[in-house]
Order: sequence, then C-alpha cells, then structure tokens
Amino acid sequence: MSTHTIQEEIPGTVMFDGRMAMKGYALNKMCFSFNSAVNREAFRKDEEAYMESYGLNEQQKAAIRARNVLQLIDAGGNIYYLAKFAGIFGLSVQDVGAQQTGMTVEEFKEFLRKQGE
Amino acid sequence: MAEIIGGLTSSHIPAVGNAYAKKMFDDPYWKPFFDGYPPVHGWLKEKKPDVAVVFYNDHGLNFFLDKMPTFSIGAAPSYENQDEGWGIPTIGSFEGHPELSWHIIEGVVGDGFDVCSCQEMAVDHGFTVPVQLFWGDRTENPIKTIPICINTVQHPLASPKRCFEFGKAIGRAISSFPGNEKVVILGTGGLSHQLDGTRAGFINKEFDLMCMDKIVDEPEELAKLSIHDLVREAGAQGAEFILWMAMRGALGDKVAEVHRNYHIPISNTAAGLMLLETRA
Repeated sequence: MSTHTIQEEIPGTVMFDGRMAMKGYALNKMCFSFNSAVNREAFRKDEEAYMESYGLNEQQKAAIRARNVLQLIDAGGNIYYLAKFAGIFGLSVQDVGAQQTGMTVEEFKEFLRKQGE
Repeated sequence: MAEIIGGLTSSHIPAVGNAYAKKMFDDPYWKPFFDGYPPVHGWLKEKKPDVAVVFYNDHGLNFFLDKMPTFSIGAAPSYENQDEGWGIPTIGSFEGHPELSWHIIEGVVGDGFDVCSCQEMAVDHGFTVPVQLFWGDRTENPIKTIPICINTVQHPLASPKRCFEFGKAIGRAISSFPGNEKVVILGTGGLSHQLDGTRAGFINKEFDLMCMDKIVDEPEELAKLSIHDLVREAGAQGAEFILWMAMRGALGDKVAEVHRNYHIPISNTAAGLMLLETRA
C-alpha cells in the first residue's frame, strides 16, 4: 500500500506507521482509554469483557493476557499507549525494557548507566 | 513588537514529574540531572520572559490515532494537565495567551504551514515537566504559555528540515506581534532513547553531543538528517529531536550558548538541557 521509498530496517525497531496504526487500532484505543481511572478499574474487574468491548482480535487479546510487550507491539500496539496498560500493573519503562530485551531489571538499568561512560 | 529573547531545551521524562513531586533534588540518582537547572533559573529571574512558546509532543493524552495532526497550536486561555494513566501527579492549569496564539496561527498559515488550531488542549508530561523544571509552580515566576504539538507518535513524521522551517515561521510570527512581550521558546524531549522493541534502552552519547554542538551554530547541518537517520542514531523516541529543531528555527540566525547539561541515564533516556540566547 505504501508509496514512500522503502528504507533499510533498523534492527529491533518497529516504525509505527499507517500500516501498524491500522493493525493496532482497537488495541491502542483500549489502552488510550486507560487515561481514565474509571476505565482502568473496569478493565481490572473484567479484562475479557473490556477487551471484547473494544473489539480486540485474538492476537491482541492473547498478548494482553500474556502481558508481553513484544507481542503487543507485534499486534500493532504503540508504546505510548501500551505504557498506559503497563501502568495499571505499576510497571516502569525499565521493567518494560528489561522484558523486551530479556534482561533482569537490574541488568537493564546497568546497561543504561554504562552507555553514559 | 514582541521579542524572542532565547531558547531552552529540556528532556521531558515522565519520571521527572514524580521525582519533582517528591523533591528528590539531592538524591544521588537525580542530583546530576536537577543540578543542571539552577543556572537557567537565574537567567529566567534576570530576563523575566512573559510568554513561553513550547514545542512538545503529545504521548496519547490530547490526541489519539483517530485524528493525528502533524502540527497543532494551542489557542486557549488556559491548558489543563490530566491523568495520563500511569501515576504521575497532575499539576495545576497553565495560563495561555490566545491573542498571540491566533497571531501565530495566522502567520504560519500565511507562510504555508496549515496547522490545527486547538481551543481546548490537555497537556501531558511532554509540556508540563519542562515548564515545571524551569518555572516551578509558577507562583513566584508567572509565565504564560502556548503549547505547540508536533506529532511523533505515528509515522510519517515531519522531517527535521520541515520542523526547522516551521520554527522559523513561528519566530517570524512572534516577532511581528504588536506587543511588548518577551518570549522564550522551548524545545522539549530527547535526547537519545528507545522504549520499544528489542533495541529498547538504546542511547547514543556521541550523536547527542554532536547534535548539542551543531544546533548552536550549524542547525542547517542537522536539518539534513532524515527521520530515519534520527531513529537509527537516536532511537525510536530520539526522533523527538525535531522539537529542538523547531525551537532552534524560531530563534533566528545567530544564537549564543549560555548553558548546557547532559546526563545518562534518567529513566531510559539521555537527558539534555540547553540555554541559548538570541543575538542580533
């Protein structure tokens, strides 16, 4: 569908473009709703019903159930909206970074710190 | 006519909002970051700007993927901070300057930048954290604000060159406003960081320092970068550097660097701070 010049891929990086924005629309819309405390509570009370009400597909539902960020991105999730989902469980961006890179949170923090040397 | 007296850049990491609320200024983790700000506070006390025009990016508070404008300009009497979902404390509303907003909107549309105007605009950490870092709770140092949001959520993003040119148009519009306002321009966000994907945690000190050097006297060199270059070299969210480019464009040809700070890491990010003064 895209007419723009195809550029080399950047390893470990998904460009959130129109294709991804369409793919992840329902998932991101649900996560956007978590700006509201009432909606966060409704999700906590009945995750399945909440996901259903936003029309998530099976891939998106499975990724939400697994709390797996890479799977959520693969299902079209955008990190800014996914951060609101992670926030429900009190996860920081270091927790999210550690999960995606297969490090412990301490290892991930050390990895960040070392890049300042 | 209104006068642009300088530019400030600051990272806008959400964790700063929490650290600020808890006054962790002397905490060993936070001190190298917060220690960068007092020289700017001194400058602001001396210069007393009336208005801050703030280039920032919304992270899913005011805008969603249903409507995603590339450039949007606040034109409201005040701007509210709201719950972003993951627990940084919300702070009080920000006074606007709608007359100047509409003057800017008319100016930039006349210059070929067809912006989205917003008479209601919730501002998130991208806006609130830098304003708080520079002006505190704004009681002793009141400041009017005009938020200008540039899309960094959904590609295609406006190029560094386009944002630099947009900033120039903003600068021309401000400088033709019939008033006595002293204006500072804020470029927020950055520097290198990546939150998503298996490359999460990526930081690029060498690239950041090059950008901080060149933005002073050679911004045209940075305007040659593509978004793809920025994402590759500064990380997926390092593309926020386009907000610094817009700030620099608004300052005009000549600036002098007065102060800078750079620290790795704050949260997942290389934190950058600069104070640039305009020169005739």
